[in-house]
Amino acid sequence: MSIPATEGAPQAVRPRQAGYRGTKVRRQRVRAAWTFLTPMLFALALVAGWPLLRTFYFSFTDASLSDTTSALFIGFENYLVYDDGAWYGLLTDPIWWRSVWNTLFFSVVSVSLEVVFGIIVALLLNAEFKGRMLVRAAVLIPWAIPTIVSAKMWAWMLNDQFGIINHLLMALGIIDSPIPWTASATYSMWAVIMVDVWKTIPFVALLVLAALQMLPKDCYEAAEVDGIHPVKVFFRVTLPLITPALLVAVIFRLLDALRVFDVIYVLTSNSTSTMTMSIYARQQLVEFQDVGYGSAASTLLFLIIALVTVLYLYLGRRQLGVDQ
Amino acid sequence: MASVTLEKINKVFGSTHIIKDVDLSVGEGEFVVFVGPSGCGKSTLLRLIAGLESITGGELRIGEQVVNDLPPRERGVGMVFQSYALYPHMTVYENMAFGLKLAKTAKETIEERVMATARILQLEELLHRKPKELSGGQRQRVAMGRAMAREPRILLFDEPLSNLDASLRVQMRNEIARLHHRLGSTMVYVTHDQVEAMTLADKIVVLRDGRVEQVGSPHTLYQQPATKFVAGFIGSPTMNFMPAELIDGSAEGCRVRAPGLGELALPQSTDGQRSGAGLTLGVRPEHLRLAEAEGDNSFEIANVEYLGNEVYVYLEPKAGDTLLIHRSEAPSRWKIGQRVALVPDLDHVHLFDGDDKALAIAKQSQAA
Ligand SMILES: Nc1ncnc2c1ncn2[C@@H]1O[C@H](COP(=O)(O)OP(=O)(O)OP(=O)(O)O)[C@@H](O)[C@H]1O
Ligand SMILES: [Mg+2]
Repeated sequence: MSIPATEGAPQAVRPRQAGYRGTKVRRQRVRAAWTFLTPMLFALALVAGWPLLRTFYFSFTDASLSDTTSALFIGFENYLVYDDGAWYGLLTDPIWWRSVWNTLFFSVVSVSLEVVFGIIVALLLNAEFKGRMLVRAAVLIPWAIPTIVSAKMWAWMLNDQFGIINHLLMALGIIDSPIPWTASATYSMWAVIMVDVWKTIPFVALLVLAALQMLPKDCYEAAEVDGIHPVKVFFRVTLPLITPALLVAVIFRLLDALRVFDVIYVLTSNSTSTMTMSIYARQQLVEFQDVGYGSAASTLLFLIIALVTVLYLYLGRRQLGVDQ
Repeated sequence: MASVTLEKINKVFGSTHIIKDVDLSVGEGEFVVFVGPSGCGKSTLLRLIAGLESITGGELRIGEQVVNDLPPRERGVGMVFQSYALYPHMTVYENMAFGLKLAKTAKETIEERVMATARILQLEELLHRKPKELSGGQRQRVAMGRAMAREPRILLFDEPLSNLDASLRVQMRNEIARLHHRLGSTMVYVTHDQVEAMTLADKIVVLRDGRVEQVGSPHTLYQQPATKFVAGFIGSPTMNFMPAELIDGSAEGCRVRAPGLGELALPQSTDGQRSGAGLTLGVRPEHLRLAEAEGDNSFEIANVEYLGNEVYVYLEPKAGDTLLIHRSEAPSRWKIGQRVALVPDLDHVHLFDGDDKALAIAKQSQAA
């Protein structure tokens, strides 16, 4: 029944678009667009494109930190090389793959938790109560503190001997002996995830809150009159309507989490149980002075993030309005 | 279908008293329209009935049941919002089925009801579209369909046509009237447009500052407005008001003097009014006749509007600055700047006392 109606629409639009493409107005707009874009593209090429290209280049050399000028081109040897009946290179390093796994695990778990708690906090902040503005400001504090500072703070609180967290848990009788939160292989990943979640909930919460305040209020009254349970209203009305905002929040957070460095480095240093791709690359580059090998790791880090982003945009294209 | 009874209903927001002692009864199957100027509390009163606002004082009954403390879903009401309030991410079908689906209605029943409603409202072609792909009138119909699909006992409308353009408004007005005729359900309808009120209502409730000013059929309100406010609010173009002075009067009738009209003998009973009291005289534009000017009693024509089938002649008033309006069938021989005498049809003149209350027609002359 609705087919003739929907078929009619594109047909009516198509000839107009074709004519539009060739018009003078169109050419003027394209020119204006390029005029505005050029400075930005130039700046980006300078601060992002050039370093990136140099990293790609170094990953094919044996450059070292003390001397990058006399680097020799060695092809894919930093990545993978067959020598004396054995494979060497980044792609064979179990610690690298451990870092990749750690990074993905950290990203998925922390971003998921942030989204869930971010929505809950946003819903609370969206409710009418006295002193709401004050609470909104207070919630922002974790996000406002520099990561290094909050990570140091948590490092102290999580300290196995003097930390308040162990103290409290023992006082409450939940644990018998202090837990080495940041040193133990079992707990350290969860410790860094917790700190990251604590820090980033406000960011997600504010994005979601903005989306919540854009929602049509009358729909909720309609749902109330229609006798729909508030929990159902949340899942069937609120959630679908804030999904675009959520997807934006997730991609911001995902890109941040995939290149996470500071929280983890401050809390657990170079421990392999929490080592991420960024920390691995830094260790190779700075501590082992191996710019070529470190650049290879950085290049892979870049490719993995790019792959995840493209995949994410592709899967979320409908909701994000990318293909409209 | 159910009746609605309001007894001494009050609503206070913070420290502002919005709805004041409203008494009203809406009969089963009746179409009741709330009218009044912006901010008089029409929407608030409707939302009180729906259960979207809590009642501060008084008693609200639906059928025999007191519903003051019942949540909206237990009141069996359906509401059509001014902004339509459709769920933007659902299709027309889903919008209409949503309430039913979550009420765990059987799938076949849902389908059946939605399709039946869609047929009545001619939405069948649109069932798979999202609200943003619909025109204003279509959205409006979907909003009505959603409210109707649940088969509520009472349908509430809050200015459902105010976002539509003039011609669509007339069309939808007709459809709503026919719908009420067909369904026979109890409907309460809010509007600030007195034409909608006149054309749709079995019973009009005129509200002013949170109080009921007058309740009655469109005919009663037009012919016998109880106050100057109602007289001025109902009818288009509006009633002409002129100051008048009571010369003498009794229970049987009275004589008044109005500037520009001279002395008039009217059938109103002026019991309780002293002679010399200041009154207001009201005449509808169609109850005036223009004649050649003679003597002092004349008005200057300020403007003449030709509307095709009829002509409005605007006259300079003797007091105040609202132009007087005369309405007659086209064609008209009167020109701007001419001076004319005004002759009111004495059977259709309204008199209002110093408190703007209408003076009743004396019983004797009514019989005559
Ligand atoms: N939630 C509220 N809190 C405080 N005051 C309110 C609230 N809702 C309405 N009011 C006030 O109540 C009065 C009546 O409002 P209402 O919306 O019922 O008017 P209305 O007759 O529907 O007007 P309109 O024709 O403009 O829709 C207004 O003065 C308004 O400011
Ligand atoms: Mg209103």
